[in-house]
Amino acid sequence: MLALNETWYLVLAAMIFTIGSVGLLTRKNPLVMFMCVELMLNAVNLTFVTFSKALDDIAGQAIVFFVMVVAAAEVVVGLGIIVAIMRRRQGANADDISLMRG
Amino acid sequence: MNLIWLIPCLPLFGFLVLLVAGRKLGDPGAGWWGTGVVAASFLVVVKVFFDLLALPEEERSLTQTLFTWIPSGSFEVSIGFLADPLSILMCLFITGIGALIHLYSIGYMKGDEKFSKFFLYLNLFLASMLLLVLGDNLLLTFLGWEGVGTCSYLLISFWHTDPANASAGKKAFVTNRIGDFGFMLGTFLVWITVGSINYADIGPAAPMIAGGTATAIALLFFLGAVGKSAQLPLSVWLPDAMAGPTPVSALIHAATMVTAGVYLITRLNPIMAQAGWANDVIAWTGAITALVAASIAIAQTDIKKVLAYSTVSQLGYMFLAVGTQTYVAGIFHMVTHAFFKALLFLGAGSVIMAMSHEQDMRKFGNLRKYLPVTFATFMIGWLAISGIPPLAGFWSKDEVLAGAFNAGPAGPVLWFIGLLVALMTAFYMTRVVIMTFYGSEKWRLTDDPHEAAESADLESEEVESEELVTASVAAAAHGDGHDDHHGLSPDHTPQESHWTMTAPLVILAGLSILGGAINLPFGSDFKRLEHWLEPTLAYEHELPPVPVLVLLACAAIAVASLGIFLAYLVYSKQKIAVEKIERPVLAHAWYIDETYAKVAGGPGEAGFQGLADFDGTVVDGAVNGVGAGVLGIGNKLRPIQSGFVRSYALGISIGGALLLAFIVTRMNL
Repeated sequence: MLALNETWYLVLAAMIFTIGSVGLLTRKNPLVMFMCVELMLNAVNLTFVTFSKALDDIAGQAIVFFVMVVAAAEVVVGLGIIVAIMRRRQGANADDISLMRG
Repeated sequence: MNLIWLIPCLPLFGFLVLLVAGRKLGDPGAGWWGTGVVAASFLVVVKVFFDLLALPEEERSLTQTLFTWIPSGSFEVSIGFLADPLSILMCLFITGIGALIHLYSIGYMKGDEKFSKFFLYLNLFLASMLLLVLGDNLLLTFLGWEGVGTCSYLLISFWHTDPANASAGKKAFVTNRIGDFGFMLGTFLVWITVGSINYADIGPAAPMIAGGTATAIALLFFLGAVGKSAQLPLSVWLPDAMAGPTPVSALIHAATMVTAGVYLITRLNPIMAQAGWANDVIAWTGAITALVAASIAIAQTDIKKVLAYSTVSQLGYMFLAVGTQTYVAGIFHMVTHAFFKALLFLGAGSVIMAMSHEQDMRKFGNLRKYLPVTFATFMIGWLAISGIPPLAGFWSKDEVLAGAFNAGPAGPVLWFIGLLVALMTAFYMTRVVIMTFYGSEKWRLTDDPHEAAESADLESEEVESEELVTASVAAAAHGDGHDDHHGLSPDHTPQESHWTMTAPLVILAGLSILGGAINLPFGSDFKRLEHWLEPTLAYEHELPPVPVLVLLACAAIAVASLGIFLAYLVYSKQKIAVEKIERPVLAHAWYIDETYAKVAGGPGEAGFQGLADFDGTVVDGAVNGVGAGVLGIGNKLRPIQSGFVRSYALGISIGGALLLAFIVTRMNL
């Protein structure tokens, strides 16, 4: 019998996280990389909500709000940087932007 | 009511007031204020003295602890004062003579643009000196010790616009540091062996100190005393210290500060009793210093230099006394010497004032006609230092010599050296008196012997390039403190000084006559000083029996008279050529300064250059090597930061995966 218990949610979260991380490592477009990071963040959010429900502890959901706020702020800054780079050079990918090396 | 704390605090208060309002008080207000606080301090000392006198003999030791200064585990130092017979005796003559010299300075420093600053330094000096003698532990004494050193430096270079004066101050400071180093090491060693640096604990614990340790402690403190009290080989700073104003020479470099070394050794006499041959070192250093300094004094032409070398020589007597463990004789001579040497210096200051700041005795003469009070008092000082009975100097010097005579197998040799010094002392002091107060009025002569002397000094200056020597030669050549209004004209008429200057002279002359009365050798009722000091002394060497004493005294009187007679023959009758006596080697102070300059400039400089090279190569090399090593490793690690964001992400991912694998497989959750 297929009961929709916590395991399903956790497996789904793991899959999303893996998609996000593989995407982050394989793609060169900064915008796509950005979306991959968002995927990873939201996969983690999903596990938080799942455990919050399973353990009957509201703290997990509270943390999700924090993550969302931070993620929103990060997107603002990150997109701002990407737009600024795009203005200076055409079609840049992540490997082109490697000025800050040792 | 315990007033001990007031004794050093009054001059300190005077100093603080002068610091804030010195310029407002001005000339002579600042001087009267400075004199007033010291006189008040003297009255407090007298009060404490009578308090002590009222106590039974064995209880004559008052301590007053104000607060804890340094609490540090088992090491605790408090600001505490110890009023016992020794320290109160010191305080009596420090504040008494200090007040007189403050009064004198009002006249001497009149019109000086730094008038109030002079009294500021003098008050600070007295506060430090009183702290030195009243402190109930070694560290507090050291604080006073450094304080008087600083004030000495400030006052020697008081007229610092003349480079020679500034250099003389530096020389005094640097030379004293060598001694201070010994004082500090001695304090450490006392702390390690006794476990306390309070005099109250050192006394009872001293007999338990092992002989070798006690000898080491004694020698270290003696090194401190040698620096402060200008004994060989650190005596070179005191003659140059005469660059300061004459009241400073009288107060600091004759009566009080330079005797601090004698006080220190006497204070530590329980340790000295265990110190064995260290006492012989002290006695011989004192005797040899006395002899060398007296011989130099014979050939000096600057009146203050004669008195300076005389002070070094008399300090040698005091160390001879404490080295032969006749502490009463040492302290006795310290007190009488404070009286007559302060008198002689102040008299010399009065002469120098009358001669428009000329210090070369070859330009004096016949001054008894113009300066009657100065002349009369100076004569008393002269007789006192020469050892003519019944003046103060005779009794104390005689006791020192008698103590030396009785000091074991080498005693008679020490005694003979002391007797030789007595002969020279009488000789050079008579020379000063004749050159200054008798003979023709040489400042009226047109052909100037001073010029010739100056050119001679300049010649020697070429040979000696070192700064320290140049300082002493330049000081000797110029000879005067502030030379803005210097130079005697043939129609110059010397005038007697203001009463603020002659009054201290008269009082000190009285003390120089009567000072011997505190310890006369006519049976135990007359030995008041000895009874007074008895509770503070652990061991006192015996004086010889009475018949021997009388013989020794006769010898001393004969020798003093012979010295005076010889000087009369040479300088008044001119029977013996002056050149035979005043040898160049003596005029150049046995070339001690020159030798130091050569050693310090030759091998010394090479040695320190070697140390500097060691610092530059080995020490700096180690430090720079560590820096270079870190830099090299950093360079090797640089490629890891490639700038490719995705490779960082890969690193993080692999790291996270490994961490996860570790948690899942290795940790038992």
